[in-house]
Amino acid sequence: MTMAEYVLETRHLGIRFGGLKAVDDVNIQIKKNQIYGLIGPNGAGKTTVFNLVTGVYAPTEGEIYLDGQWIGGLSQEKINHMGIARTFQNIRLFNNMSVIQNVMVGLHHDPDFNSGFLSTIFRLPKHFQVEKGMRARALKLLELFDLQGEQNEKAFNLPYGKQRKLEIARALATDPKLLLLDEPAAGMNPQETDELMETIRRVRDEFDMTILLIEHDMSLVSGTCDEVTVLNFGTTLAQGTVSEALSDPEVIRAYLGDDN
Amino acid sequence: MTKTTDKNVQNTSPIKQKGQWKSFLNYIVIGGILIFFLIFSMVGGMKSSTQYLLEKIAIAMILAVSLSMVVGFLGELSLGHAGFMCVGAYLGGKTAVLLVPALGNGLPTLLISLVVGGLSAAICGIIVGLPALRLRGDYLAIVTLAFGEIVKSIFMNSSSDSFGGALGLKTPRYDRNSLFIFSFVLVLLTLAVVQNVIRSRHGRAVTAIRDSEIAARATGISVTRYKLIVFAMSAFFAGIAGVLYSFSNQTVQSVKFGFNYSIEILVMVVLGGMGSINGSLIASALITFLNVRLATVLTGNLAVLQNLIYALVLIFIVIYKNAPSLSGLREKMRFQNLLHKNKKPKGSE
Repeated sequence: MTMAEYVLETRHLGIRFGGLKAVDDVNIQIKKNQIYGLIGPNGAGKTTVFNLVTGVYAPTEGEIYLDGQWIGGLSQEKINHMGIARTFQNIRLFNNMSVIQNVMVGLHHDPDFNSGFLSTIFRLPKHFQVEKGMRARALKLLELFDLQGEQNEKAFNLPYGKQRKLEIARALATDPKLLLLDEPAAGMNPQETDELMETIRRVRDEFDMTILLIEHDMSLVSGTCDEVTVLNFGTTLAQGTVSEALSDPEVIRAYLGDDN
Repeated sequence: MTKTTDKNVQNTSPIKQKGQWKSFLNYIVIGGILIFFLIFSMVGGMKSSTQYLLEKIAIAMILAVSLSMVVGFLGELSLGHAGFMCVGAYLGGKTAVLLVPALGNGLPTLLISLVVGGLSAAICGIIVGLPALRLRGDYLAIVTLAFGEIVKSIFMNSSSDSFGGALGLKTPRYDRNSLFIFSFVLVLLTLAVVQNVIRSRHGRAVTAIRDSEIAARATGISVTRYKLIVFAMSAFFAGIAGVLYSFSNQTVQSVKFGFNYSIEILVMVVLGGMGSINGSLIASALITFLNVRLATVLTGNLAVLQNLIYALVLIFIVIYKNAPSLSGLREKMRFQNLLHKNKKPKGSE
């Protein structure tokens, strides 16, 4: 087999909770460097797709491939090591740790910073080397998001917008191939959303990143996404470019109701 | 861009240095106490009751610091810490009984017993931890509680020539003039290992799990592995404390290691402040001191007052630490503010 065509590909992906099919026959294909949107009304199964892709749930049907490698049903840790990082709809930072420590946790599995228990217990030179390297690398990431001034602040003391940025920085620290953003603009005002769009595009360009995002804010979706999949009741309603998908009569009906 | 970075590095480095000085404070204080009593015992000849008290305090410190790893840093509730200590006390004590005829009651016997006791407790920690750490919160607490009780009754029902059964295991007493010194050296070692692990990338992974397990998993932290390691380390040091106990006490009786003792260790950790090693150290010293003093002062009919006074003191500490109306007093009594009492008015002007 040659290099995989898609960074992420799902084939007939589905999960059943008891009698309920939360996600059914979802086929997504994301090419390298794409920003791909997953949209749909509340309860459409968007976050469930994220949870399937990141290993929170094991799919009951279908397959998931990352760069051509089968990842369906692997553990969350393993999937992260293979190259998928995510942020959460309701921000989940390590609240009692400092901003820079949050990013350093993201660097935990970096092969450059692999100091074992013995070297940390006995404070061998390796330990100090690793700590120094991690701190420097984390600081660089924080600078990209203009968070270096708050590096020693506790994460929960950050304003909302910066917490979102820190979550992205932490995810990027794990050196992913694919970044999943779950409603990154939730709770943001239009100005913050504009800034976020800028950040997302910058992440794609500077990190050579592929991004899959869930979003309700259509200005962000049309401003960033190359392609979208619209879900409703766990099934695919439409796929294509943003304008194609949003003009689809099925999609309009799902969002606005039958009479329109 | 680079300018702001330089500024930041300059801003943070003095803070870092201050923090570094602070992070060695507890070694210095405990080392100081050790040297003080060392000189005291060489010059004046210490009362054996004082030596006994110091041994007890050292044991409590090791227990509190090790439990603090699980409760304060990993964020899981363990109610079986006395059970791990019990395993260490019996197996370490038995090792000593077997070794004394061959090696004599000296340092080699003590060291080998410590290793045996610590490792066997750590193995128990792994055996309990493997299934139990998939549980969370209350459920883990119940499993660890059950473990403690099971261990207790196993040793209780052992035959008299293996572990002494209900009468307890008679263990050799280590030279009282040096056991307290050795105990405090072990406190220092425990502190060094625990603090070095916590202040490293492994410690960050552990506190990340405490703050958000889901996010830790999504960030690639092997949650189960780290939980198990922390659990085993904590059990190891509890086992060490148990071995010291067997050398200090001469008899090891399983009834001593019941649920109440586990709770007492937990109280030390909670009173000291979750996730504060120094707090655990201070609380364990104070509570042990209080307990031992009350037991010696209140004898005869007054002995019933022991638990009452102990409980009252705990209640007052909790009120003092948490009552909103006392926040002004707390601020005044803070260690740093007391240190800089003279400088403070100047600074505020």
